[in-house]
Amino acid sequence: MKYEMIKKIVLPFLVFLLILQVWSSIAMSVHNFPTPSDTYVAAFGGVNANGEAMTGVLTDPFYVNNKDDKGIFWQIVESLKRVFAGFVLAILIGVPLGLFVGMSKNAQYALNPFIQIFKPVSPLAWLPLLLFIFQDINLTAISTIFITSIWPIIINTALGVKSVSEDYMNVAKVLRFSPMEKIVQIILPVSVPYIFTGMRLSLGIAWLVIVAAEMLTGGIGIGFWIWDEYNNLNYHNIIIGIIVVGLIGFMLDIIMGKIADYFDYTKKGRAK
Amino acid sequence: MSEKFLSLKNIEKRFPILGKEDYVAVTDVNLEIKQNEIISIIGHSGCGKSTLLNMISGLDAQTSGDILLENRHVKGPGPERAVVFQNHSLLPWLSVYQNIEMAVKKVMPELSSAELRERVEKFVSMVNLEHAKDKLPGEISGGMKQRVGIARALSIKPKVLLMDEPFGALDSLTRANLQEHLMRIQQNVKNTVIIITHDIDEAVLLSDRVIMMTNGPHATIGEILEVNLPRPRNRVELQSNPEYIRCREAILSFLYEKFAKDDE
Ligand SMILES: Nc1ncnc2c1ncn2[C@@H]1O[C@H](COP(=O)(O)OP(=O)(O)OP(=O)(O)O)[C@@H](O)[C@H]1O
Ligand SMILES: [Mg+2]
Repeated sequence: MKYEMIKKIVLPFLVFLLILQVWSSIAMSVHNFPTPSDTYVAAFGGVNANGEAMTGVLTDPFYVNNKDDKGIFWQIVESLKRVFAGFVLAILIGVPLGLFVGMSKNAQYALNPFIQIFKPVSPLAWLPLLLFIFQDINLTAISTIFITSIWPIIINTALGVKSVSEDYMNVAKVLRFSPMEKIVQIILPVSVPYIFTGMRLSLGIAWLVIVAAEMLTGGIGIGFWIWDEYNNLNYHNIIIGIIVVGLIGFMLDIIMGKIADYFDYTKKGRAK
Repeated sequence: MSEKFLSLKNIEKRFPILGKEDYVAVTDVNLEIKQNEIISIIGHSGCGKSTLLNMISGLDAQTSGDILLENRHVKGPGPERAVVFQNHSLLPWLSVYQNIEMAVKKVMPELSSAELRERVEKFVSMVNLEHAKDKLPGEISGGMKQRVGIARALSIKPKVLLMDEPFGALDSLTRANLQEHLMRIQQNVKNTVIIITHDIDEAVLLSDRVIMMTNGPHATIGEILEVNLPRPRNRVELQSNPEYIRCREAILSFLYEKFAKDDE
């Protein structure tokens, strides 16, 4: 077991060294590409290769110079706000819609073709249309997230409803449950793990979408920040942005996973 | 005691088959079941036992014929005809206690919370599961689950208890244990019970009458056997009881001589 633990730390570290190696060789062959050490200094502050003293992006994340020039923390907060707004909207509309599609054959026949067609549409395709409708950065970003992250919620919720076994429904029939009682007492408990799987996928998509959406809409947010750093020729900050976006996405997924496990009856009790 | 408690009159069930003639699973079933009687239905696999039980429970509708419970037509499923399913059908996210509570709450909404608790506790202890009442179905054995299923079905005070091979999935020791439970419960509180079984000893041990079904298609009641054994019955002593032996032989001869099935 202890040996396993060591492997879990050492092996990723070796891969990390390999990445640094590849990165360094790219930096050597591409003109002006930031080296790992330049990027480190840009992130955590210090003196860079040209002998300039710098404050790190990550050591001073909270600064506010003016409305358009804020630290990376505020950029992330802005992006997260949009992600959650779109995500919550997708849940509020996606779950009932999924229940409907799962419970009614007619609803399934009616809606399934459109779900299948809209699901694979890239957020970037929606963006111009939504921007044209709303003429507002926030609303455009939120609605793009909503429209691209609602599909996994609908699909997985419907799948959950379908997975309700005939036996449970027979119990409900013998007890003469009303449709609402069937939903609350049988269908929802069975579907919850599926719904959370959908929500987890959906949140992943939302976080992917936000970066792209903000690049195009501008304003404030981590996506726009990365684009802005590109325009300012601060290439090392793009790399910092990528890593930060990755870490936050990873954290969101872990948190969602933990919440999902909490509500998943199949993960309770058995382990005891 | 009303003689006419549950009546089946000219019951027929056809299953439509695409492009072919209907499959007539059971036909011409006529049966009167007395209150507090335990009857078992025995017959070869596929003869239509479940089909018959599902029509009584209302989970499936008969094609023609009438089912009357206390002179009233039975339409659709309802709690006065409780079902113990073969695979227990407990809701896996609810504890033993909550599974029973859910049923009682729904069927007896007038109970105060203290009365509700008392009733649930009573049925938990009826099947000796006090120690496991807070466990989830996934944490208890198959026999215990089936006991919860029985307690849940009885807790809603049904007029008829319908059991479709309730112990079919259990090993023979657990099975015997559950039969004892059922007989003990029946000794204390009388219920009308219809139980489907494959097991000849189980049929004789538990029932007042054994309904023997012919093979399908067009399956119907072949013979009805009265089991004139006093209660309480003791499975060990019964082995040498002439009436027990007579009943066993009657069923054996029905199943393996008169209506033998060679395709199994
Ligand atoms: N929905 C259905 N559609 C068509 N045929 C059916 C349907 N349900 C049952 N049958 C047929 O009706 C017959 C009786 O089935 P049933 O399940 O009642 O048998 P059973 O006596 O309960 O058998 P077992 O002892 O194996 O449980 C079988 O031949 C079966 O194939
Ligand atoms: Mg059957």
